[in-house]
Amino acid sequence: MQTHDLISMLASQVEPVNRQALLKDCALQLGAGLLVATLVMVAVFGINPALREALAQPMFWVKLAYPASLASLGLGLAWLAGAPGRSLGWLLRSLAVPVLLMLALAAVVMFNAEMPQRNALVFGTTWKVCAMSITLVSAPLFVAAIWALKSLAPTRLRLAGAAAGLLAGAAGTLVYAFHCPELAAPFVALWYTAGIAVPTLVGAALGPKLLRW
Amino acid sequence: MERITTDSSMAAMQANETRLQALFVLGLQGDAQAYQHFLKDLSTHLRAFFKRRLAALPDEIEDLVQDTLMAIHNQRHTYNQTSPLTAWVHAIGRYKLIDLFRRRAVRENLNDPLEDDLAVFASCDIDAVDAQRDIAKMMVQLPDNQRLPIMHMKLEGLSVSETAQITHMSESAVKVGVHRGLKALAALMKGT
Repeated sequence: MQTHDLISMLASQVEPVNRQALLKDCALQLGAGLLVATLVMVAVFGINPALREALAQPMFWVKLAYPASLASLGLGLAWLAGAPGRSLGWLLRSLAVPVLLMLALAAVVMFNAEMPQRNALVFGTTWKVCAMSITLVSAPLFVAAIWALKSLAPTRLRLAGAAAGLLAGAAGTLVYAFHCPELAAPFVALWYTAGIAVPTLVGAALGPKLLRW
Repeated sequence: MERITTDSSMAAMQANETRLQALFVLGLQGDAQAYQHFLKDLSTHLRAFFKRRLAALPDEIEDLVQDTLMAIHNQRHTYNQTSPLTAWVHAIGRYKLIDLFRRRAVRENLNDPLEDDLAVFASCDIDAVDAQRDIAKMMVQLPDNQRLPIMHMKLEGLSVSETAQITHMSESAVKVGVHRGLKALAALMKGT
């Protein structure tokens, strides 16, 4: 087939493009991922029995706001990475804002704590399982994010994979926070960040394979 | 290669952007004539763009033009109408070029930096040579529920409802068949 025949073929009876449908599909895919992640959290780990008391603590809301802000940035980055020719520069740089704020809060808390308490602030009681648990809860979100990105047109596959991983890791952390009993800023700054970093790195590693089109 | 930096060529590129973008936007709304005009124009720019960068693989140029046209068609829903078309086309063309290099493992022959400029609309080339592969022959490999809608709608120019009647498929199945079939065809093209 010659190129001009291909062009006639592509243009023949061409249907109007519905971008709303695309947005809806992506939202449904991510929503399904979030639902499965929540079920995994409830079934495997269970909701924190002390959640009601935790709600009164400002630190509980910080613990939600940190992954929520990273998830929003991950969503924006994945969306832009799926659109050819869009610049990610300022959004990538803005990732530093929540991370630095969280680290600063952790540093203040550590600075004000007595020496013997500092260990507990960093390690809590669940540090060994935190990052791996977040990765597990993030897995269905990771599948959903990659699936949604595949309906777009990522041209920088490593970056797009990392954005999908960041979205999955941060949203998974947000879900996991309803199980996690820890309320210390240093713990969140270290282990939540590590838990979000694992799916992000997995996404960067697998992006070129999973997202090729 | 000659660097294109003069004011007049910048103005020409801007004019191409404006004209092609207007045609593409009409095409996205379902105007087949404008869309065909857009693809025809676009193919000349893509050909020139790839010719400059595929000195080592001249036989691949027309296949890559076809690959990229298919990619642009199949991914046209990812174009945001408020952002520049040049950047969108350039990113897809560049992606397809790098993908070809990766498949042919001739990355070292990349003699022209790709990040340099967004000069995809800077020049055009209407001398289409014969493509090496034949998309029409590849279509045989598609399942009937994709091949028949493509054949009737895209090659014979029948409407959705006419195609649905002939194939005994629902109208939405016909649309899905065309959409999935063209994506499957693009994947088959990549595999060769």
